[in-house]
Amino acid sequence: MAELDSDILLRVSDLTTAFDTDAGQLTAVDGVSFDVRRGRTLGIVGESGCGKSVTAMSIMRLLPQPMGKILDGEVLFDGRNLATIPAEDMRSIRGNRISMIFQEPMTALNPVHRIGKQICEGLTQHNELSPDEAWQKAVEMLEKVGIPSPEIRATEYPHQLSGGMRQRVVIAIALACGPELVIADEPTTALDVTIQAQILQLINNLQRDLGMSVMLITHDLGVIAETCDEVCVMYAGRVVERAPVREIFANPRHAYTQGLLNSIPRLDGIPKTELNIIDGMVPALSELKPGCRFASRSGREHEPELLVERQPLNEITPGHWVEACPVCTRG
Amino acid sequence: MNNGTPILSTDELRMHFPVKGGVFQRAVAACKAVDGVSLTIEPGETLGLVGESGCGKSTLGKTIARLYEPTSGGIAFEGNELAGLSRRQLKPFRREIQMIFQDPYESLNPRHTVGAIVEEPFVIHKMGSRSERRQWVAELLAKVGLPESAAQRYPFEFSGGQRQRIGIARAIALKPRLLICDEPVSALDVSIQSQVLNLLMELQREMGLSYLFISHDLAVVKHISDRIAVMYLGRIVELAPAEEIYNNPVHAYTKALISAIPVPDPTHVPDRVILEGDVPTPIDPPDGCRFAPRSGAEHAPEMLTTLAPFKEISPGHWVEACPVCTGR
Ligand SMILES: Nc1ncnc2c1ncn2[C@@H]1O[C@H](COP(=O)(O)OP(=O)(O)O)[C@@H](O)[C@H]1O
Ligand SMILES: Nc1ncnc2c1ncn2[C@@H]1O[C@H](COP(=O)(O)OP(=O)(O)O)[C@@H](O)[C@H]1O
Ligand code: SF4
Ligand code: SF4
Ligand SMILES: [Mg+2]
Ligand SMILES: [Mg+2]
Repeated sequence: MAELDSDILLRVSDLTTAFDTDAGQLTAVDGVSFDVRRGRTLGIVGESGCGKSVTAMSIMRLLPQPMGKILDGEVLFDGRNLATIPAEDMRSIRGNRISMIFQEPMTALNPVHRIGKQICEGLTQHNELSPDEAWQKAVEMLEKVGIPSPEIRATEYPHQLSGGMRQRVVIAIALACGPELVIADEPTTALDVTIQAQILQLINNLQRDLGMSVMLITHDLGVIAETCDEVCVMYAGRVVERAPVREIFANPRHAYTQGLLNSIPRLDGIPKTELNIIDGMVPALSELKPGCRFASRSGREHEPELLVERQPLNEITPGHWVEACPVCTRG
Repeated sequence: MNNGTPILSTDELRMHFPVKGGVFQRAVAACKAVDGVSLTIEPGETLGLVGESGCGKSTLGKTIARLYEPTSGGIAFEGNELAGLSRRQLKPFRREIQMIFQDPYESLNPRHTVGAIVEEPFVIHKMGSRSERRQWVAELLAKVGLPESAAQRYPFEFSGGQRQRIGIARAIALKPRLLICDEPVSALDVSIQSQVLNLLMELQREMGLSYLFISHDLAVVKHISDRIAVMYLGRIVELAPAEEIYNNPVHAYTKALISAIPVPDPTHVPDRVILEGDVPTPIDPPDGCRFAPRSGAEHAPEMLTTLAPFKEISPGHWVEACPVCTGR
């Protein structure tokens, strides 16, 4: 196992995850590689079904059992491969050194337990704290995530809070143990833009204060532009392009990245004009071919052999990687 | 804009829902989802409607489509007053105003073929022979970009974007004049979203449709709308041409809402007004400016008790705000 550069907290290489289904084994994540750097935010963007959540679940070892399996690849964290360590070791990392924030806070919260108690649970599981100390810490966390009257809120139940407040509670739980990495899977998708702005600012401030790394999954390119240092663009189970955020917006190479950036309506665009589109639809998992999966939608001329084999991953400028044939790679 | 009769106008429209409580489940308060909305939609125009969730956008749309009986106020279709009409009197107007929803799946009967779903409006209105209706369905499917073979299939066999096309085909079947689009692209991925937006813009040009386009995605609304209305707790606080509302927002709420939109440009430095607290509920809203308690500004007490007039501060730019917000 290779030693990691000290700047890199998490290295995912060639991660491949599949599900056993009635239609046979389907590969949802197909050889995905990326790094999360210390104290930085990596964004993962792509349309629904492209494998963002399955990637996160694979890292966390939270795949639905027994259908979900990591078939191949490594998830290197602190010198260990999380894909293969014993389940018990993973339990002591999960919620402690790596924690997760989901889109729908109610799925992460227990409706019948007081909020304070739910924060305490994570704390006492991973630390030796007396019940009083844990409660104190829970109230402190609620205060840190901007919940007014935290002592009172700690005694309340999830249904007594608004959506935005619940997401703050989930963040408090995720951050209570001072994780080194937080994986946030569409944390603001269900919220209004005004509340989204609060939550993103909160994550940003906490990251600065606590020095953690964030892996932020979203389909919103605006959120990516504002919060991420690096970006991975996923399509049909693969990372087609990854680069520093400014580079990906200024110099996208893959036809998919370009299509995605061109198709969003922009505030400074000309109203009521035809929007650029990406023709067709994302292919189903059962129809995936080894070659470039975007070829048929790209509107480019293709030689048949490009579609047969997987395209190479090339670093075109430092830190800017594209998995593409020469047509896309040259730009 | 247009000096003739608007397609639709509302006058001090109110839609209040009773909030029940106590042992006897009596109405203990009113949820003032729509609380005095006056607006117009011109022929061929798209009026965008934005605001946070719960501010009353869907209720306003459904009240205009007469799915609800309004609590008070007027709704006129091409100058004809609809409020207070009986079911029978309403019938000729029903086909003129149609609705499309965020999740077309919920509004499409899963046990019917797409052909039967799109044909249904003709059946209800007893139009055409069987073979004529078949022909119309085929034309409608082609118009919204679905293959003819779609008619024999069921909604679950289609993706979200295609289902939205089915919903649109049904909604335009009777050649309505006004389409209420309630978050029609909110559940779709960006690439599919732009396909559906293009379709809506094309149908508008072809059929001369007017749209009330409801969305919480302000970039989408900006792209598709001629004018935009900003709603807060049951009232329209600002209404202006699309470019104007983004370039010169006046109401503190409009400013906060626009500044919260993440811009897909990493070189852009956001100049953001972060609103404190949550979206409030429209139960017992303040009598005066509904946004005052959340605006973070110091306010003279009378602003919380009396509403500022809805004023035209420049041509076509209307604001309901006190002099502090309007800056004069
Ligand atoms: N439990 C499961 N069984 C079978 N297929 C699954 C399961 N969970 C996810 N998938 C499939 O894996 C693919 C990737 O899903 P996901 O990672 O959730 O996408 P997203 O990028 O929207 O988060 C999808 O095609 C999805 O249908
Ligand atoms: N049928 C109903 N009965 C009671 N209250 C309702 C009903 N529909 C909506 N409301 C309430 O009216 C307010 C406005 O809701 P809605 O129009 O759905 O807002 P939006 O579409 O802007 O999110 C909310 O407080 C909501 O709870
Ligand atoms: S040009 Fe190459 S990499 Fe680009 S879409 Fe076509 S096959 Fe894929
Ligand atoms: S300044 Fe006036 S109009 Fe603006 S938020 Fe305050 S009360 Fe409302
Ligand atoms: Mg997901
Ligand atoms: Mg709504």
